[in-house]
Amino acid sequence: MFDQNELTAFNEAVLPHLDAAYNLARWLSRNDQDAEDVVQEASLRAFKYWKGFSGRDCRSWLLAIVRNTYYSWLRKQSVQPELTEDGETYDIDDGAPSPEAVMLQNADREMLKSALEDLRVEFREAIVLREMEGLSYKEISDISGVPIGTVMSRLARARKQLQIYLTNPSARNSL
Amino acid sequence: MNCNDTRKLLNAYVDGELDSAESLSVETHLRQCASCQPEVEKLRSLASAIKSGALQFKAPRHLKRNVQAAIRAANPGVKSPLPGWQWASALATVVLIVALTWVVTTQRTRSSEEAQLVDEILSSHVRSMMANHITDVSSSDSHTVKPWFGGKLDYSPPAKDLTEQGFRLIGGRLDYIDSRPVAALVYQRSQHFINLFVWPLKSNVIAPESQISRQGYNMIHWTESGMTYWLVSELNATELKECARLLRE
Repeated sequence: MFDQNELTAFNEAVLPHLDAAYNLARWLSRNDQDAEDVVQEASLRAFKYWKGFSGRDCRSWLLAIVRNTYYSWLRKQSVQPELTEDGETYDIDDGAPSPEAVMLQNADREMLKSALEDLRVEFREAIVLREMEGLSYKEISDISGVPIGTVMSRLARARKQLQIYLTNPSARNSL
Repeated sequence: MNCNDTRKLLNAYVDGELDSAESLSVETHLRQCASCQPEVEKLRSLASAIKSGALQFKAPRHLKRNVQAAIRAANPGVKSPLPGWQWASALATVVLIVALTWVVTTQRTRSSEEAQLVDEILSSHVRSMMANHITDVSSSDSHTVKPWFGGKLDYSPPAKDLTEQGFRLIGGRLDYIDSRPVAALVYQRSQHFINLFVWPLKSNVIAPESQISRQGYNMIHWTESGMTYWLVSELNATELKECARLLRE
């Protein structure tokens, strides 16, 4: 049943992380309206589970709910999620020149945004959680429900793809 | 460790997720390998481009209201409208709750921002130790270090030489903290390195000097004439405090 104290406690603990929740939902869905729907549904779920929440890291807890809400929302839209198997591939190229680092450093916002949006959803998820939320591999592994090794290889592959996208425009279509 | 082994660990290395033995092996390899070093640079450049790219989406203002409304709608049993005289007291209570929630929320946000900042500063310090790249400009002469920052920053950090007092200025470095480029001045005391991060205050909030210990590192924070200062080192708290005192003199 509804309890005002509970709602107040929930609002105090959870609402400060609404930006993080929205950011993740927005990057996963790549769409403003979908992101809002996902966050709203995730918040409802969060409130439902609130009683059982033992109070570890509230942000990670909410982000995990947002992520799961997104994937079940995706299934409801009967769109195939872009999830794929993770393989361990590490392309080794011969020592790239430092100008590439400069190019990466100077990549503008629009280019970065489309590079990120081009990533497969599980790569995008890993990058958002790591680079924007600053979470550790362990925290990401908890949120995404995959082993730490998978987090590591997702990040490595995502970054490799971003590097290729940002430093080599002609490669973009083949990704 | 060969190139192949190193490349597999490079992401975790840059992310600060390796234990010290693994980090050391990676660093040892990096020092000898001209082809792996640029890979580290690329990873760092990419990470800093993403961080500084303002790519984070902020929740639209109405979302918070919608979320609260949706929760209320989905959880019936909200107190029904009150009869006459109770309105005033109910209103007062609501105002109080709103005010308190606001205070608590802003304070929480502030303290979590602060905690995030402390993490960021600490990892910058640790990274500068690990990567064998503690200074961009190496000099104990403050007249060399200070001008070096000119054109790289929109402010001029102080570069006080404390060699005579036992804290040798060894150089400066450009770092990226709190979504902006900041100056890191590097001091050495016997075997220990000290990073002094300096950047202009966002607002006029003046913080008293505070001291934090985290994971074996000591940090001292203060603000002075519009700048915020973070002193970080594995040096013991007493000597670091002495360093802060000398810097502030």
